[in-house]
Amino acid sequence: MKTTPLHAQHVALNAKMAEFAGYDMPLYYDLGVLKEHEWVRSSAGLFDVSHMGQVAIKGVGAQDFLQSLTPSSFEKLPINKAKYTVLVNPDGGIIDDLMVTKTGADDFHMVINAGCKEKDIAWIKSHLPAALEFTYFDDWALLALQGPQSEAVMRDVLGIDLSAVPYMGLWYRDDTMFVSRLGYTGEDGFELSVPAADAPALWTALLADDRVKPIGLAARDSLRLEMGYCLYGHDIDATTSPLEADLAWVMAKDRIADFAPPHRKRVGIVLLDKGIAREGAGILNTEGIKIGVLSSGGFSPTLKHAIGQGYVPSEYAAEGTDVSVVVRGTPLPARVAKMPFVQPRTKK
Amino acid sequence: MDIKYTKDHEWIKIEDGTVAVIGITDYAQHALGDLVFIELPKLGAQYKKGAYFAVVESVKTAAEVYTPVTGEVVAVNTALESDYDLLKSDADGWIAKFKMTDAAELAGLMDEATYRDYVKTAG
Repeated sequence: MKTTPLHAQHVALNAKMAEFAGYDMPLYYDLGVLKEHEWVRSSAGLFDVSHMGQVAIKGVGAQDFLQSLTPSSFEKLPINKAKYTVLVNPDGGIIDDLMVTKTGADDFHMVINAGCKEKDIAWIKSHLPAALEFTYFDDWALLALQGPQSEAVMRDVLGIDLSAVPYMGLWYRDDTMFVSRLGYTGEDGFELSVPAADAPALWTALLADDRVKPIGLAARDSLRLEMGYCLYGHDIDATTSPLEADLAWVMAKDRIADFAPPHRKRVGIVLLDKGIAREGAGILNTEGIKIGVLSSGGFSPTLKHAIGQGYVPSEYAAEGTDVSVVVRGTPLPARVAKMPFVQPRTKK
Repeated sequence: MDIKYTKDHEWIKIEDGTVAVIGITDYAQHALGDLVFIELPKLGAQYKKGAYFAVVESVKTAAEVYTPVTGEVVAVNTALESDYDLLKSDADGWIAKFKMTDAAELAGLMDEATYRDYVKTAG
């Protein structure tokens, strides 16, 4: 199995390890997933997300090329700002979702999903114009510091003042550290990109602060689910279009017509009683007829009840529509709900 | 007291020679992580050997709890519904009690030493 540059740190912290996208990753540490989730919402949690892919495209025409791979426009995106988007195939299906940072007029840095790295890189390279340069930062690490104390921790531990950096903004020092004010938790926080050799010392320094605890992938999943964020391979994949996935907001207006009008939509689902519905659970209408399937589902540590996402025909997509979800053969009462389920507290 | 174990990480204690008290082992609880929901059986329900009668759910996953004996549920530990940590207790961590129809079904379950070895090889 593959490992990240912080694998020895996870083992030393006695993490419960599990395979994710071919990597041996920490699922949770001594605190346990529920307390880790609450820690991120109340203080600052440190995640190793070095299994994700970091790539860059630069050269004259890089922006146009990126706009041919995605349904987004990067023309109005300021330099040193990031934008969430998707790679789409010719059928309109989603190849991956990714964060793109504009580091120059024709210079873009991207973070892609661990499980999609090989596929994405092959896709990008097969379409890459000869004038453009493609770089895969295979020997770089990515750490995420997430939670309301993140800015203070960055200042006190690393001496980096990020108070002027807006949401989705980039701060960097030479070619040794890139800090982006974004994340996958809905909290204020940062992703720190550093050369692999620098990662262990950075990890140890941040964890030495009492406000910081290590957080595993299990809490990362429950945190993102509360925000209604998509998890690739579950909530979106090559068979879902960005319109079906309710991602029109990432698209350029003049690109929407390129995609077939959606007949189904990704919606939030809340369970009204006890019980937990997970990925794959059938969604029924009030007549008991199956109308869809949950693409993600689990317990919300913040709300103390089960939440999920799934695809339903457009006529059932309105907030407040009564449905049920089938758990071990029993339909449990549920309702289509607005996402995010929990109010995000990212910096304005 | 004589405790038996299953390969699915349930423990079984016998009371009065005819009642099987069933819970899940520390190993199973550690593997699951923090629990967030328990589905308990109904009093009087009948289960065949090998059927699942309860479900324990962690944030990440749902795990079925199986009975190694055929019988009727004669007691349910409803206190677990409000305190999942109770499962860790040796005395109060049971899930349900079954009135056994055939005590011979207990043959083949592991004793404590065998279970410990089994867990070691299971990793």
